Amino acid sequence: MPSLTLLGQALVSGVLAGGIYGLLALGLSLSWGLLRLVNLAHFALALLGAYLTYQLGTTFHVSPWLAALAIVPVFFLLGCGLHAVFAYFRVTEFTSLLVTFGLTVILESVIQWFWTADYRRYETPYATASLRVGPLFIPTLEMLACLTAAALAFATWGWLRFTYVGKALRASAEDPAIAAAFGVNHRRQAYLLSGVSAAYAGVAGAFIALISTLAPSQIWTWVGVVFAVVIIGGLANPIGALLAGFLIGVSESLTMAVVTPAWAPLVSFSVLIVLLIVRPGRV
Amino acid sequence: MSGEPRRVAITLVAVGVGFVALATVGLPAFYESFLYIIFSWIALATSWALLSGYAGYFSFGHGAFFGAGMYTTATLTTKFNVPFLWTLLAAGILAAALGAGIGAVVFRVKRLRGELFGLLTLAITFVLGTIVLNTRIDGGPGVFLSAVPLPRVLASPTGTLYLLGLALALGTVGAAYAIGRARLGFGLFAIHDDEDVAEVEGVPTFRYKLVAFALSAGIAGVAGGIHAMYVGYVTVGETFSITVPLYVVLMSVLGGARHWLGPAVGATLIASSLYAFTGGQQAVLGRAAVALVLVAVILVLPEGVVPAFLRYWRAWRGRPRVLEAARTLASVDGPAPARSAGGPGVALVVQDVWKAFGGIQALRGVSLQVGAGEIVGLVGPNGSGKTTLINVISGHYATDRGRIALGEVTLSTRPAHEVAALGVSRTYQIPRPFAHLSALDNVALAATFGAARCSPRQARAEARRWLEFTGLGRRAGALPHELNLHERKFLELARALAGQPRVILLDEVLSGLNPGEIASAIGLIRQIQAQGVAILFVEHLMRAVLALSDQLVVLNEGEVIASGSPREAMRAPRVVEVYLGKSHVA
Repeated sequence: MPSLTLLGQALVSGVLAGGIYGLLALGLSLSWGLLRLVNLAHFALALLGAYLTYQLGTTFHVSPWLAALAIVPVFFLLGCGLHAVFAYFRVTEFTSLLVTFGLTVILESVIQWFWTADYRRYETPYATASLRVGPLFIPTLEMLACLTAAALAFATWGWLRFTYVGKALRASAEDPAIAAAFGVNHRRQAYLLSGVSAAYAGVAGAFIALISTLAPSQIWTWVGVVFAVVIIGGLANPIGALLAGFLIGVSESLTMAVVTPAWAPLVSFSVLIVLLIVRPGRV
Repeated sequence: MSGEPRRVAITLVAVGVGFVALATVGLPAFYESFLYIIFSWIALATSWALLSGYAGYFSFGHGAFFGAGMYTTATLTTKFNVPFLWTLLAAGILAAALGAGIGAVVFRVKRLRGELFGLLTLAITFVLGTIVLNTRIDGGPGVFLSAVPLPRVLASPTGTLYLLGLALALGTVGAAYAIGRARLGFGLFAIHDDEDVAEVEGVPTFRYKLVAFALSAGIAGVAGGIHAMYVGYVTVGETFSITVPLYVVLMSVLGGARHWLGPAVGATLIASSLYAFTGGQQAVLGRAAVALVLVAVILVLPEGVVPAFLRYWRAWRGRPRVLEAARTLASVDGPAPARSAGGPGVALVVQDVWKAFGGIQALRGVSLQVGAGEIVGLVGPNGSGKTTLINVISGHYATDRGRIALGEVTLSTRPAHEVAALGVSRTYQIPRPFAHLSALDNVALAATFGAARCSPRQARAEARRWLEFTGLGRRAGALPHELNLHERKFLELARALAGQPRVILLDEVLSGLNPGEIASAIGLIRQIQAQGVAILFVEHLMRAVLALSDQLVVLNEGEVIASGSPREAMRAPRVVEVYLGKSHVA
């Protein structure tokens, strides 16, 4: 049995990793829940954001914060463009999975073309900084990512709950025809939401560039984890996604600490399988 | 064998002989390997389509079965010294068992939609990969098969793999063709379009999905076993990756997943274009190009290349879509046997049936009887439980309490497909035809899986009879979306009749029809009654109910509030108060 300090440290890193999961899950959960589009390409977008942050930082010495600021509007437009394609071809929930599967592979290939399959590491002065709380270390960057995830989750929740646009989006998700009859312009809001969700992928990407080592195949390692998070959290439920991210992150890091790291992927995938079998109605 | 099956069989055998001859003449190793890869993908893509194409359950887990096969062969040959060919059998059986096991769990899940099944199977792939990686099956470093002896048939040792791949590919394509024409395929196509209706029409949906999944997985397992030997070095990273599920989906969708030859055509196109881009950066480009094709095909040509080609070809040749049906009709001698009368006495008995949905009590102790050759009208305000009762009798919902029987046979404990096979059929208030099946095939499906139990061939002849009976004879080749409401309502009737039922449950067949159509529908119902069928007739149109019913049952809030002769029942004080009173207010 590992020591209490080790378990505590595992808990901390689980929560912090969970923040990133939550951040990645946020955009996916929104487009799945409110637009009924399963956007696998969300992961590819996030990784693209990470590589862009890396490139801007290493060749042009743009600070990651500035890079993120530039990436967000670009990704917003990218998301709108993606939605234009979906809307034009009337993509359904099921075909969206196939189409974005293809898009993901294209983006993965593009990334591999420009940055090769080698591992890349973005060295920044922040990378090693950490806070010390008693016997535990809290890496600053990951904490920042976690706080950003929480801030975005709460902001999104408020947006959906209290603003006209948010209510209209939820109404359209429930019944597009009735919402339209009451004057909701679903099309315009769908573009907005798709853009926002892609922008979130950009934000997640910036943090991923700072925190982890980059490789094109990383896209697929997130799929299981983040889908599990989205489904546990409940579709279109930003705060649920955040909390589910923590849950999965902690259970993974505890598995790593108590068993071995190699078994960790089993946790999220098993949770996903069990959930799909026991509570398919959640989705 | 005659006609098309014979031509297909001859073609497959000829192709096989051709490729064997090509190899014995002495094929350069490069081409041997190139062709093997294509054979392997044909087997994988075609086997995937047996479940995912025919029944529409898109699996992203084909890599799991392929990988299970690879590791079975790798483990058995290297650790237990089992001869290579025997391990293929084991690989197939193990993968099939895995598929059946997964299917037995996930197909029990109600409301398991396509995209959830896809995610679930993808997750299973990664779980299996993690287990293999962390246990003694692999343990991390991978397994080398280079020392495993390969039985030699042709000049080169790899010739054996070439022949095995060829045999598996042709066998799988042949199986896909045969299944597509058999009961199994017919049932799977119906599941693709509307699983609930398929079950109510008599298709044993759970069993069929399970069989298709096991078969699909088993073939993938054998393909994996052969491939383990081909690559000679098996690793988890390469095996349980996204590559196999990506490519099989892509190949099948490109070629046409619902057509038996579609996946093979897609596999050939994609596998050869992938071969053109090999090595380093080019492979990256190739993968991107393939993915781009996937996206474009799904968006622009969602049915796939082969069906699209066949459609243009037929349009160009100006031949009708159901020439096949006409041919089968000609090959059946004489008219179908006369329907057996239901016999005297009571046909359908509903005894004290209760059904609740959450807190809503939809049926409260409903009892009624319908005799053979009798029409019982079932009326009541909206929400009184009429359609629920039909759903319970047809087995779509289980009863909470009470008994439903057909003669002596209890129905209420059976799944819907058994109820249908015993001779209960129904129509839907809003017609629910199978969208991708022609009117003829819609009706033939009922004849195949209903009490009539026809073979698919006989069923088409039988179906044509019922289409004529309902006046749809000239629309046999039309797809449901090409029919108008009146025709779709009559298609529902034809479908209900083709199963040769003893009991027919008619759920508002007249609603939405104009007076002329109503008159002809009433005529049809009288003819059905004259053949000795028991009819439970749900209807709002009182004129028709009073004209047709021998007995009337009035439901309100899930309770029978009156029954007896139509005039009597409608005059009962509670009926006047509840039913007519409410309808006057409305």
